[in-house]
Amino acid sequence: MFRAEYGALLAALARRTGGDLIAAEDALSEAFAAATEQWTANGVPDVPDVPAAWVLGVARRRLVDGARRARAVVDGHERAHAIETRAEDEVDHEFLLAKDSLPTDDDRLRLVFTCCHPALEIDARIALTLNTLGGLRAHEIARAFLVGDATMAQRLVRAKTKIRAAGIPFAVPPEDVVPERLAAVLRVVYLIFNAGNGAGAGDGVERQGLVRDALRLARLLVEMLPDDGEVAGLLALLLLTDARSMARTDTSGELVLLPDQDRSLWDRDLIDAGRREVERALVLSSGAPGPYALQAAIAAVHADAERASDTDWAQIVALYEVLERVEPTPVVALNHAVAVAEIDGPAAGLARVDALEAAGELDRYLYLHATRADLLRRLGRPADARAAYSRAIELADDPVERRFLVRRVAELDRE
Amino acid sequence: MLLIHGDETQEAKSTPAEDAALMAEYGAFHEGLATAGAFVDGARLQPTATATTVRVKNGDTVTTDGPFAETKEQLGGYYIIEVPNLDAALAWAAKVPSAKHGSVEVRPVWEMGAE
Repeated sequence: MFRAEYGALLAALARRTGGDLIAAEDALSEAFAAATEQWTANGVPDVPDVPAAWVLGVARRRLVDGARRARAVVDGHERAHAIETRAEDEVDHEFLLAKDSLPTDDDRLRLVFTCCHPALEIDARIALTLNTLGGLRAHEIARAFLVGDATMAQRLVRAKTKIRAAGIPFAVPPEDVVPERLAAVLRVVYLIFNAGNGAGAGDGVERQGLVRDALRLARLLVEMLPDDGEVAGLLALLLLTDARSMARTDTSGELVLLPDQDRSLWDRDLIDAGRREVERALVLSSGAPGPYALQAAIAAVHADAERASDTDWAQIVALYEVLERVEPTPVVALNHAVAVAEIDGPAAGLARVDALEAAGELDRYLYLHATRADLLRRLGRPADARAAYSRAIELADDPVERRFLVRRVAELDRE
Repeated sequence: MLLIHGDETQEAKSTPAEDAALMAEYGAFHEGLATAGAFVDGARLQPTATATTVRVKNGDTVTTDGPFAETKEQLGGYYIIEVPNLDAALAWAAKVPSAKHGSVEVRPVWEMGAE
């Protein structure tokens, strides 16, 4: 039962500890242990919210006890004192009035901004968000990101220690930095989704877990910030991308690109939900949609096409033009070039891709070379296409992507 | 603690009018800190050409001319401020006039008696 509640409970406790996640976690895990013991004997209380309130009440007691112990050891220990004064005045009546002591959305919002603070390195933000808000254990995160258990555990401890030592506040940031900080939060959720949504088979279970976690976090953000266009845009993008997951590989696990996908495998419910979020995102961003809302809108145009040949490429090119203004990165420019090739032909697309290649920034980006190769193939330049494919194959870490590219070269040889 | 880093060679090239403008900006910044009750201490440092570095190795004192390390940006000054958390410190750091040209590193001070 606890994974769903974990983040909210930890957030409520972290408010009591002034953002000290280590102290909050210790209290929470002790309370879970006590709950397991109690409920194994007597059964779980069959009243909504009571189990959560019970755990929270016990955890708060532990914080108070811990603070007393710490104070006895080191008189005048500042942190312990802060914990105690914050916890003691609330714990007793809140424990009795279980209903009122439930965690709030505000606490979770504070927690997510703390975990995604720019003072932490990006890998630490991702791990911390999954660990605290997502309720994943260090070894589960380690498996999903293919790093050792000890490395991940250390990364988490280091991040939590920095939060405490550097004074990263347990708070929603000041208004003037909210857009920047929110962008950092959305990026973390997006990266979690991408890690789970990669083309490679990898360890399927963990990867799917990450997709689910990212969707859960995105929904949570929508609950907490219902009026933000980019938050809605991110959820929409994740839903619309996840809707295609069944069609993205064939029965033998091989990669299938968008134009060749069996669109009857697309998940209609996810598409409908995603489309609703896109519409909400566009309304909320009132004429100035951000990068997530725009990417979601592009995904929605693809979802609207019953067959690949029905795709409204003019609409997609128009959206990419706006996206490139909002987010002028070479990766966006590359995707823009692909869309242009569908309208103005492969030569027009290739001109744009060649310009990107000359700029050099995407030299180690597999999709630049794969895209170039495909455009060259369509232009009837098999030798150049082959050279571009072999550069892409060199860069392919993912075995599924590599096999896909090798297949493409073999097809070229047959033509 | 706000550690203010900048490129000394660029600073040496500034005109007297630019210097005066920068000093005025620092005056306003200092006043803001003092008014908010956040100011503890602060100073501008002489250029690294005036620096001397001391190391004690096996009981012997080794004194060398110059800074601890040759880097593109040098420590040019510091502030010690008292604020409730990192976000408050970052907000002050962004207001340091030299942040526009160099960089400001924010570091918590190890408090005696804590941890």
